Amino acid sequence: MSLDPSFVGRSYPPTAPYQVGREKIREFATAIGATDPAYHDPEAARALGHPDVVAPPTFPVLVTMAASRQIIEDPALGVDYSRVVHGDQRFAYTRPVVAGDELVCVNIIEEITNRGGHGFLTTRTDVSTADGEPVVAAWSKIVVRGEA
Amino acid sequence: MELPTQTFRVTRADLVRYAGASGDFNPIHWSDRTATKVGLPGVIAHGMFTMALVGRAVTTWAGAPDAVVDFGVRFTRPVVVPDTDEGTEIEVSAVVKEVTEDGLTRLDVTATCLGEKVLSQARATVRTPR
Repeated sequence: MSLDPSFVGRSYPPTAPYQVGREKIREFATAIGATDPAYHDPEAARALGHPDVVAPPTFPVLVTMAASRQIIEDPALGVDYSRVVHGDQRFAYTRPVVAGDELVCVNIIEEITNRGGHGFLTTRTDVSTADGEPVVAAWSKIVVRGEA
Repeated sequence: MELPTQTFRVTRADLVRYAGASGDFNPIHWSDRTATKVGLPGVIAHGMFTMALVGRAVTTWAGAPDAVVDFGVRFTRPVVVPDTDEGTEIEVSAVVKEVTEDGLTRLDVTATCLGEKVLSQARATVRTPR
């Protein structure tokens, strides 16, 4: 399917804050088999200088993927979600996510290309605290597969 | 410099647990019926689950759970996870490309399943271990 390149540069309003819970971080760390004490034990995290348990590096995708529904479900852009494949993912961290963070996402469409009948959409999500402190930026490229 | 290879076993139970923890309930990660209908050989792992395992390898190499400053991958080949007790295995290796003067180490990472690369352009930057 073809995506409209005029959407490049469009940004979306900040999302409602996501409250990062200590048990959610523990559950996520357990699900990926990450046993480092800083992911589970607040004392271990404090020993490393963090206020509470630290999230593993890919944890922010829970927040950014939910936020990117703003774009995927934008009727004007018209992405067919059943044809979406995850192409690339990147995170640039200012600091790790920690329990107690209240995270707000701002989505920006950085690139749209159409090639071989497929659409390629790159979005950047700037994740910051509700107070405006930057935490992590996430880039996600999805492929919207064309009809075979 | 090459870093020691790390191996991660992946079973269907791991995918179900990851689906629950991440909120990604796409049926191609738990239903063979759905996976084969969209042309896959069978149930495949979430790309972000594979990336999470690579993240474990990276933090282990870095020697700290909070040392990653940049981390990116391209998903090139699906990780098929058979419905067996053994499931499958992902092997993760890396080479150190650069150690900068400002205390960062850049890694080029390779992840394979059954001898085939499942990621490309997998790179991580970590704070250099002291």
